[in-house]
Order: sequence, then structure tokens, then C-alpha cells
Amino acid sequence: MRAPSSDLPLMLEDVSILAREVTILDKITLKIAAGEPTILVGPNGSGKTTLLRAAMGLIAPTRGRVTWGGREEVPPARRSIVFQRPAMLMRSATGNLTYALAAARVPRAERKARADELLDLVGLAGRGDRPARRMSGGEQQRLALARALAKDPDILLLDEPTASLDPAAIKALEDIIRNVAARGIKVVMSTHNLGEARRLAGEIVLLHRGRIVETGDAQSFFTQPKTEDARRFVAGELLV
Amino acid sequence: MPTDTSALDLILRADPALVGIVRLSLLVSLSAVVLAALIGIPLGALIALTRFPGRNGAIVLLNALMGLPPVVVGLLVYLMLSRSGPLGSWGILFTPQAMIIAQSILVMPIVAALARQTIEDLWEEYRDELAALNVGPVRRIFTLIYDARFSLLTALLAGFGRAAAEVGAVIIVGGNIDGFTRTMTTAIALETSKGDLPLAIGLGMVLISLVIVVNALAWGARRASERYAG
Repeated sequence: MRAPSSDLPLMLEDVSILAREVTILDKITLKIAAGEPTILVGPNGSGKTTLLRAAMGLIAPTRGRVTWGGREEVPPARRSIVFQRPAMLMRSATGNLTYALAAARVPRAERKARADELLDLVGLAGRGDRPARRMSGGEQQRLALARALAKDPDILLLDEPTASLDPAAIKALEDIIRNVAARGIKVVMSTHNLGEARRLAGEIVLLHRGRIVETGDAQSFFTQPKTEDARRFVAGELLV
Repeated sequence: MPTDTSALDLILRADPALVGIVRLSLLVSLSAVVLAALIGIPLGALIALTRFPGRNGAIVLLNALMGLPPVVVGLLVYLMLSRSGPLGSWGILFTPQAMIIAQSILVMPIVAALARQTIEDLWEEYRDELAALNVGPVRRIFTLIYDARFSLLTALLAGFGRAAAEVGAVIIVGGNIDGFTRTMTTAIALETSKGDLPLAIGLGMVLISLVIVVNALAWGARRASERYAG
């Protein structure tokens, strides 16, 4: 049962972020609404991670504003993020999940059962007792995803979750992401893997040098890119 | 060697004088570590998690205080607790309480400095995750202390090692009174100067055993950390 107030739509309005005079994001305006996954693509340093962190509320814009469900200053109770290199708490896999469930104010009596459900969802059933930091990279990513789902979010932000994973681990994670999206959770994910973007995207946002170059539904983006940068990017050319 | 045999004999038949000295030493040093932990861990966490003017200076000072000379601490505590000192009215000079205070002053910087470093490192790693999980400030501090528990235990054991092995501070503020404030280290110093080597050697053996046990516990804590926390 979802709370009546939602973090959707997530709006970035004319958002610029500067770090020591360097522009990381430049006048970004973007509306993230419910629906199929939105995939942020672009070369390294294009601003994908910063955009996701701003969308999570972890970085305040230097200019412009970010709103969640039309409101500013909303604590991150209805949105979650999985970092590219998630930090596992020094506990078991189940311990990581019960901690997140406690932070989400899930009653103590329900936490173990919910943790087991989440482990099952990400294919880690039966591995709850293992120390989280001793799991493989792929397992840690899946556990981080389960932990992010503990608060039953409206929006799930994923920062290159499959980077540095092997193909089997990538497939496992993509299957989970599809499953999550099918449950009505809005997925916003960054990647610079075009194949992955094709497989998962409903909507594409192409970033380059901190600006949005092109945005639109995935099929149009890949078949009829509107801008020269997008055409080159889809063709596999390097954007520098 | 006859002296060695006698020393071992004292240990094996649990000589009352030796047992009394060991018991007092453990009581004083363990109490000092508990007191140092109660002050040092929150202080370390506070410095790790807050930003204030002079913070770098505070860190340098705390690190420097880890090498406090015990005799200087003993002298300062003596001056504070002596009859004409600001805390002279407490009347605890030459008592185990005075020894606990002196040792806790020696141990506290070790606990606080190591806790500060451990918690700060962990905070760097956890900061974004805890913010994303919507964890409040108080819970964050408890999380960091809990997750750093094995490293903090190692810091406490290092502090205990320092307390149990020091002689300068306790001899000044305790007075080395037979049956009342005589600890293993002060007794070893006294008995050696008197030429009563069996008791000195016996206490030395107990002290070394204690150091080995403390190190074994530290090693065990590290292993437990790897096994249960990863």
C-alpha cells in the first residue's frame, strides 16, 4: 500500500551544479514521470552520476531546483539509489536488509520475513547469513538493489549498476531491474553500455558535457536520432 | 635456577600476596579502560563527525597525547589530588581511585584517537549510503560505533596493554602501599630493588602472560571481524 504522497514526478528545473568553478551540470531541465525505465547515457564525465545524486537529493543544485511530487526539501523516504560501488554495512546480507527496513520504519516483527522476500527477489535466497562484504561484486550489487527496495520506493535510481560485472551477473541484474520496473517502481539508470540501454530503456536521456543533448522514447532515439551528437553516439562513435 | 623455580612456585600455589597484587592491577587497569572508553569513544566519534575551527589541531593534539609520558601524568594527577591541589578535598591521593584516574588519562587519548580514525574512515565509506537510507543523525553515530566494534575493541585492548604495563603514573599517585596500592609493575620495581627476585619474576611472568592474552584477544577480535562482518 503506497502512501498518498509520491516522489513522482521528479523534476529538475534549470539545474546547474558547479564544483570549484567547474560546471558539472549545465541548465538541466528534466521531468521523470511514472512509466518505463529512463536510461541516462553519455560518455564518462558527462554528468550522469551527478544528475542521479541531485535527483536523490544528495547534492543541492548551485542554481535551479529539484522537486519530488511538486515539493522541495523532501526527505528520501520514497526514493532510493544504488551507487556504482555500493558500501556494504559490516553485517550479514540479512543484517544489511533489516537495517534498511528499520530505517524505513518497518515494524521489527516484519523485518525478517521482508528481508527474506527481498533476498528471494534478487536471487540471494539462502545466502542471508553471509557477511555482505565478503560476497562477490555481482552479489553485492544485487544486495544493494534489495536494500534500496526495502523502503518500497516510488523511484529507484541506479548508477551504472552493471559496470565491472561479468555477462552472467549483468543478465541477472537486468532481469531484476525489469522485474522491479514491472512492479510499478520508476527506474532511472545510468549506463554507457548502449546494448544495455537498448535492452532496458523506455526513455533515453543523452548527456554530454553536463548538458542534455537529446531526450525521447528509446525506439526513436536508436532509430531516428534527432541531433548529430546522438547520431554519432548511437553509431558507436566517441563523443569527446 | 632456584629463583625461577621459586617464582613458578609462587604462581602455581597462588601465593596470596601475588594474587592480591594481580587482582588490584587488573581492577585498576580494567576500570581505567572502561572510564577511558566512556569518554574516548564518544569524543573520537564527535571529532570524526563534526567540523569546527581548530579541528586539525585537536586531531594532532590527540595523536600526540597517545605518547604521554606516564610520570608526567602521574605528576599532574598528584598535583591535582594533593591536599593543596584543586581536587585535594576528594582525599583520594594514594588510593586505587587515584591510580584509575591517572591510567584513564593515559589510555583515553589512545582510545579517542583510534576511535576517531576508525569512525572517520567508516563515515567516508557510509556517508552517502546512510543519507540515501534516510538514517537520522543519532542512528548514524550508533551505526558507525556498532560497525566499528571490532576495531574499537582492538583500541581498548591496546589501551589496556598500556595501562597494565605502565609504572610511572601509578607509583606517584598510588604510593606503592603494600596490600593497598601495589600493582604488578610497582611491585616488580620495588622487589627488584630489594633483591627479592622470585616475587618480581613471578609477577613479571604473570604480566607477560597477560600481554600475550591481550594480544590473542586482539587477534581473535580481528578474526571475528573478518568472519562475521567481512
